[in-house]
Amino acid sequence: MADRTPLLSVTELSKTYLSATGPVEAIRSISFDVYPGELVCIVGPSGCGKTTLLKCVSGLLPPTSGTVTLDGAEVTRPPATMAVVFQEYGQSLYPWLTVRDNVALPLRARGVPRAERAAVVERALEEVGLSHVLRTYPWQLSGGMQQRVAIARAVAYQPEVLVMDEPFAAVDAQTRADLEDLVRRVWKDLGVTVLFVTHDIDESVYLGERVVVLSASPTVVQEDLAVDLPAERDQLGTRALPRFTELRTHVYGQIQRAKRGEQVGAA
Amino acid sequence: MTAVRRTLASAGFTLGLPLLLLLGWAVATRSTTTIYFPTPARVGEAFVATWLDPEILGRDVLPSLGRFAIGVALSIVIGIAAGTVIGSTPWLRALLEPMLEFFRAIPPVVLVPVLMLVLGLGDTMRLAVIVSGSVWPVLLNTVEGVRARDPVLVDTSRSYRVRGALALRYFVLPAASPQIMAGIRLCLSIGLILMVISEMFAASSGLGYQIVFFQRQYMIAEMWSGIVLLGLVGVVVAAVFHVVERRVLHWYHGSREVSRG
Ligand SMILES: Nc1ncnc2c1ncn2[C@@H]1O[C@H](COP(=O)(O)OP(=O)(O)OP(=O)(O)O)[C@@H](O)[C@H]1O
Ligand SMILES: [Mg+2]
Repeated sequence: MADRTPLLSVTELSKTYLSATGPVEAIRSISFDVYPGELVCIVGPSGCGKTTLLKCVSGLLPPTSGTVTLDGAEVTRPPATMAVVFQEYGQSLYPWLTVRDNVALPLRARGVPRAERAAVVERALEEVGLSHVLRTYPWQLSGGMQQRVAIARAVAYQPEVLVMDEPFAAVDAQTRADLEDLVRRVWKDLGVTVLFVTHDIDESVYLGERVVVLSASPTVVQEDLAVDLPAERDQLGTRALPRFTELRTHVYGQIQRAKRGEQVGAA
Repeated sequence: MTAVRRTLASAGFTLGLPLLLLLGWAVATRSTTTIYFPTPARVGEAFVATWLDPEILGRDVLPSLGRFAIGVALSIVIGIAAGTVIGSTPWLRALLEPMLEFFRAIPPVVLVPVLMLVLGLGDTMRLAVIVSGSVWPVLLNTVEGVRARDPVLVDTSRSYRVRGALALRYFVLPAASPQIMAGIRLCLSIGLILMVISEMFAASSGLGYQIVFFQRQYMIAEMWSGIVLLGLVGVVVAAVFHVVERRVLHWYHGSREVSRG
């Protein structure tokens, strides 16, 4: 792994918002690399700057200092080879477009011809189990289904890097388990590189090949941990493995340490 | 069965009050002899005799309605085009907003003499009067609708690189469409008023001219029938608007019904 070149590099990234009430330091310094085909989870406490990090990675927000490079080029605006699934999935779908048109619009923007577009859209919706709702509007769907449409849109875009921001934070436990397996399947089927943000420790260990643990604000990388669980994962078996428990306990401890460290530092 | 009953009930609600008012009018004017308030029957007669006369229809009514249609169409096109540019350009909006509020606050009627001086007494002036008053609600609502786009959708469109004409067609305009439609509703009613007003000055034909003419000639029933015609035009315009609005904003009404449960 060490001799491969990273696909995505985040180097000493920091972000301070200039708000009306003064500067807000959201990220102090974050560095990590993501290699082609990896599934990396980023886990950190609520409000630690995960969304901020993803916005910088996806070229939506300029960092205060530090760089993000993708394929060797610095990211300064949204790259063509990246797809993002946003935390607020309900709001990220165009309510005036049907499910099919929501998925198709980015392809249209890229100039994919009509016939090919239709095929790609149908395949992506099939992949997430939604081929029966092509002509439905997003607001007619449940939250979990809306999130699957957002995932289908990202999959149809055929990105090199798929970036997801706490995509399952607001769905029920059963749907969440299904969607987690969906992400693993999409990752395997398409060979795409995935950067998955969550505040859920179990989720990060279950999904990831690697877990990057962030500290509480002011945010730094607390630990970069390889997940040595078998590649075939299933909700019951994997979560029952002693190694799974070890890893999640370890990550939990890291996050607690980060919080304590911050409290000591602040006192 | 229930569908039929519901249709009947809604027709009853729509027509009930107008019929009641008509009845009240008939009763109130039955025994009076004042010429200012003729009976509904007399006004109805005048209506048929005046406004269905092909000559008046062709000389006064249709040109008026034509100017109304062109005037509000211009207002809608100008308002949406300028509003989109201003709404998506923050510095331009900061620069223009106080001035726009100023111009909007000017009652369009006082512009009539000015526009007469500048544009003469023809159709151009009358169209300008209509546009000068009815463009503002469309313009200002478009500015607001375009500006207040949902930030998540802005990020979504940026990250999927939906830009330019495609973004305009599938993101910016649909996102602003609820506000734009509210502006168009106002535009239509202001436009109708200004169509009449533009014909009350220095005119020799048109609906507004005819109403003033009848009033000066003490043709009171004819005058009232003109007012009834204007009301009917308003009702038809509102009905057409309602149908178009339901089509354009079906997603908006649908999603609001869903979120209300
Ligand atoms: N536009 C902004 N202006 C000022 N401060 C901001 C802005 N956006 C975020 N912040 C602040 O930056 C910090 C990190 O926010 P961010 O949304 O990135 O965290 P997060 O880890 O994604 O949180 P969550 O787990 O709730 O999604 C927070 O303290 C937040 O208040
Ligand atoms: Mg977040």
